[in-house]
Amino acid sequence: MTMLTIGRWLRILSLLTVIWLITILICLLEGTEPISLSDAVGIFWAHLSSETGGAMDVGKSTILLQVRLPRVLLAGLVGGTLAVVGVTLQALLRNPLADPFVIGISSGSALGVVLSLLVGLNVFYWGLSTLPLFGFLGGLITLFSLYRLSQVHGKIFVQTLLLGGVILNAMLSAVIMFIAYMMDADKVMGIVYWLMGNLGSPDMKALAVVAVYALIGMAVLFGLGRGLNLLALGDETAVTLGLDAERTKRIAFFASALLTGAVVSVSGLISFVGIMIPHVLRMLIGSDHRLLLPASVLGGGIFLMAADMIARTLIAPTEIPVGVITALCGGPFFLYLLWRGKMKISNA
Amino acid sequence: MIMADTEMTALYALKEVGFRYGLEWVLKGINLTIERGEILGIIGPNGSGKTSLLKILARQQRPVEGDVRFESTNLRAISFRRLAQRVGMVPQEHPVVFPYTVLEVVLMGRYPYLKGWAFESAEDYRIARSAMERMGVGRFAGRLFSELSGGEKQRVIIARALAQQPQVLLLDEPATFLDLHHQSQIYSLLGELNRNEKMTVVVVSHDLNMASQICRRLLLLKEGRIAGLGTPWEVLTAKAIEEVYRCRTLIDSHPITGKPRLTMVPD
Repeated sequence: MTMLTIGRWLRILSLLTVIWLITILICLLEGTEPISLSDAVGIFWAHLSSETGGAMDVGKSTILLQVRLPRVLLAGLVGGTLAVVGVTLQALLRNPLADPFVIGISSGSALGVVLSLLVGLNVFYWGLSTLPLFGFLGGLITLFSLYRLSQVHGKIFVQTLLLGGVILNAMLSAVIMFIAYMMDADKVMGIVYWLMGNLGSPDMKALAVVAVYALIGMAVLFGLGRGLNLLALGDETAVTLGLDAERTKRIAFFASALLTGAVVSVSGLISFVGIMIPHVLRMLIGSDHRLLLPASVLGGGIFLMAADMIARTLIAPTEIPVGVITALCGGPFFLYLLWRGKMKISNA
Repeated sequence: MIMADTEMTALYALKEVGFRYGLEWVLKGINLTIERGEILGIIGPNGSGKTSLLKILARQQRPVEGDVRFESTNLRAISFRRLAQRVGMVPQEHPVVFPYTVLEVVLMGRYPYLKGWAFESAEDYRIARSAMERMGVGRFAGRLFSELSGGEKQRVIIARALAQQPQVLLLDEPATFLDLHHQSQIYSLLGELNRNEKMTVVVVSHDLNMASQICRRLLLLKEGRIAGLGTPWEVLTAKAIEEVYRCRTLIDSHPITGKPRLTMVPD
């Protein structure tokens, strides 16, 4: 009997945290230029004790601290965010195939970002870029339209929402392609590369920006664990079990749009992390969202860091966009889910 | 809770309540008081508004017009949490798409009592377990809810409602998926909860004979309006049934309970 107690909650999350840390370490060491553990420790030690110069290899130090560290941390953050948004949307829509990418929120965010780049609106407030904000707005508008589209007499028709999302996704992508087509040739390549889902090597400031947006969104979602458990049973049941369902849904959708906007603005369209990770975790640790939400942040991070490492090293020195790797893992997984679902129906 | 008779106020008071989907009125002009400790049966043909009325009592639907009061307070002014500690609801369908275990589903009946980030206490587990034993689903605790049969799911959901330790139990066709044994079990449970725990029961049922046997009062709906309200003998007359259901019935006295008994008369 695996019931959620505080002990089990701590055990599972500690275990995942340890795996998460080990993944970070491996991803830092592996790459076109492998760095040994002792070198890495030396570099970190030198950095922390601010001993500049010395016998340290400057090249390795730069690769580790300025290229790999921000990139690995970004992959961890983006993967965790996509997974936690996947968990949330799946509970809200009561459909295990929902995901920010599938229902078009990611594309909405991407359009927001592209539009703001087009008109040259990337202002910095207190060193914070506004790109995630435009991503957030784009995602929110998409989500809101979708919500209204599939609402009849105060009830959400989930099938309509999913189908509507797929169609919106296609439309938004077309608009993005049109804008990209109209842009200067030198800008287009950058945008196309970004849209393919790409982590690049952000500077620490860009990383901090995404982190701020993402951590706010995650903190909000973590507070909704019990509410999402109830919403997964249906809005009407949630109400009779003491939940202000409408309010909880609004907050959850809002936080999802914020998180999606933040990660899309920096890493483009990375698909399937939001479907695959929640599904695997549900099989491993159950469906209680109090555990599932934080676990998906760690699990999604582990997955995307590993996928990014593969993207960096598979045909090095050429880099594959990480979105290509996740889609190649996620597509077949998605098909497997559909196939299994079909088997279940035909067996019933 | 001991209460002097003079303090007995109506549990629910509905005044001119109307509800519609789109342009079509599903309920219209409903005036109804539900007393503490009664068993009220809501009956009527398909589409007469039975489920909508129950959903309004459970606050799942908001009436388009009129006023619903619970313990003399406007239903909408009561927090969802507080209402869930008093009113338990057993809906007709139980769509659960994620792999929750039976125990997890029943424990959700304790959510209205949990505070902040807290996990369920040993007391919550005890209450959930005893509700499951009472419904005979204790041995399913670790199984996945989605893998149970319709009747088993129904009993798990009733256990969840009991775990809420409510003063009022609302049920929508609680016996639909159940075999004869479990049907009679549910109905005697309702009587028992009403007698021993002073629980108020409101039950929507298609089974007029069962409703007649266990309910103190019946509410007969026709096309969203009240067509009859009173004791089973007052409501279940051959004339009323023919008017509302458009079929002929023979009504006599049940040899054991003395309540009205319906027999269909073919044309």
